[in-house]
Amino acid sequence: MNEHRYDIAIVGSGAGGGTAAQELSPLIRDGLRILVLEQGPRLLEGELTGREIEMADALYTDGGGFLSAEGTMMLAFGRTYGGSTAVYTGTSLIAPERIIEGWGVPGLTHEDVRARSERFASQNNVHYLDEASINDNNRLFVEGCRAAGYEARQFPLNIKGCRGSSLCNLGCPNRAKQGTDQVQLPAAERNGVEVVTRAEVTRIEDHALYVRVTEKRPGEKGAPSEWAPGEYRIRAGIVVVAGGAVGTSALLLRSDLPARLPRLGEGFTCHPAHILVGEHPHDITNDVGHPKSYYMDRAEEEGYVLETCMYFPFVTAKNLSGFGPGHSRLMRAFPRLQMILVLACDRAVSGNRVSVDRGGKPVVHYRYTDEVITALVRATRAAARIFLAAGAVRVHAPSADPPLIEATEADRVDERVDERHFRPGTISVVAAHLMGGCGMGRTAADSVTDGWGRVHDIPWLRVADSSLFPDALQINPYLTVMALADRAVDGVRRDAADLLDGWRPDEPA
Amino acid sequence: MGLLTPVRRPFRALSETFVPETVEMGDPGWARLFEIAEAALRTRPHGVQRQVVLLVRALDGLAFMRHGRSLARLDPTRRRRFLESLQRSRLLLLRRGIWGLRSLVFMGYYARPEIHAELGYRARPEGWEAVR
Repeated sequence: MNEHRYDIAIVGSGAGGGTAAQELSPLIRDGLRILVLEQGPRLLEGELTGREIEMADALYTDGGGFLSAEGTMMLAFGRTYGGSTAVYTGTSLIAPERIIEGWGVPGLTHEDVRARSERFASQNNVHYLDEASINDNNRLFVEGCRAAGYEARQFPLNIKGCRGSSLCNLGCPNRAKQGTDQVQLPAAERNGVEVVTRAEVTRIEDHALYVRVTEKRPGEKGAPSEWAPGEYRIRAGIVVVAGGAVGTSALLLRSDLPARLPRLGEGFTCHPAHILVGEHPHDITNDVGHPKSYYMDRAEEEGYVLETCMYFPFVTAKNLSGFGPGHSRLMRAFPRLQMILVLACDRAVSGNRVSVDRGGKPVVHYRYTDEVITALVRATRAAARIFLAAGAVRVHAPSADPPLIEATEADRVDERVDERHFRPGTISVVAAHLMGGCGMGRTAADSVTDGWGRVHDIPWLRVADSSLFPDALQINPYLTVMALADRAVDGVRRDAADLLDGWRPDEPA
Repeated sequence: MGLLTPVRRPFRALSETFVPETVEMGDPGWARLFEIAEAALRTRPHGVQRQVVLLVRALDGLAFMRHGRSLARLDPTRRRRFLESLQRSRLLLLRRGIWGLRSLVFMGYYARPEIHAELGYRARPEGWEAVR
């Protein structure tokens, strides 16, 4: 087994890991060695083609088809240089005060999260898209909201030089989205942080990470790993884990840790979502332009959020209910389809958690609570009204039976869309905001880390990603992940002298 | 031998029910559909691969028990109704199974660029420049 020593090792390169790498990188001037280990590949110029299956395979865990243990929900999370920031749409919202204060994490204030979020929003060029760049899919959402009596709000986006490919979720072919792959990781590398891709951390022991570096398979996208394929043992004075809610929880669960952490893996939330489509009588611009420019927030009042969206043919087909002639007819209407993503703001409840199987692979257990089903139904009703108010001739609603609601049935939406039609296993539910598993709190009895991401009773081990959320955020989590990673870095800086006292890598840089 | 080779006939019958346009598809189209579906299955654990084959066989057997004909020999309308009834089953396992097979077929059919053109799907890296 190959052995290396570093002062700080960071696991994961997404919103948390990429931010931690950049913010810790000035320590390199003090002679420290910092390593980032990323499980996925580093894609090369020209490899982001926008083709559905090949990009999903290259960028997502299980090609985007990671199923919950119950087989009733698909979880999408990135597995590439930049993590999920390479595959999200760039929506950048600051966490609501009621959520952060509601978490009740000692020492964590909304003011602190807001200030850090604003710094990263500025760094990553977050701004509102100009009117001329808004496509019909988004414009119709705004018009439909207005006509149906809802308030549409514009998403701030972290894009630069967007050409409107609409392919954000397949990795922007124009590198316009300013995720950590474009901003924080290159800055960290310029400062001397080493990033090793195709490096899976299999477990952690006392100041040690066990890493498997895999070979690039023939025909596979991406550069080969920076290290030779094989097994490695990395000794590190400080370990920052930022593998995402599923990855971090699973890694710590299969590790031999000195502390007892009964809450590890618990408190998983994910904003379960449906994709709804409304068919218009004429073609609209839906698959050109930024796909997610507006949203409607009813989280506080009714437990849901609606977002504009645009998905690709296979994802769309999979998310429509049923099969056969009706399904085909709707797919053939693709250029006329308006799309809305409805998300339920779920809560951390007992039983919804991350575990690992006998082989150490992550398993996500998730059951829909009555509150989640009600929120999805309310959201679906609102979305149906918005589609119809915007001029759609029919709406496909997964929790209606039959799922097509004609414009002539506009006054029967409440009756047509109902909880009794929400049948897990028949309707498609997806989730891309994966949170919790290593929640922050006071002690090991109620949490896994403190408010600075320090794992209880293991001072050298820090967490810096969405697994820290004690409960759902009710908005897109990326800016908040960056803010919490920045806090974790502050904690590392503060404790570095003690933790690294007597710890020096014995290899030349 | 492909992962779906042992159940090629019933899987093709399922595909024709899930996506009726596949009936018109020539051999190259079928070869591509199977290639995509099998490539997706190869990334899954062996247990899942076995379960998929087993499920297709079970559906074929169930069709025979219920209608006296295998899936491939069942007329399209009865086959669709049969599968729709399973999709509404009280058993989550059956509903999940149909959902999974349906997803596999959709992937094999809708992920192909030639179908994108037929659907009128226009997303390109050039974005607005390509359509204005």
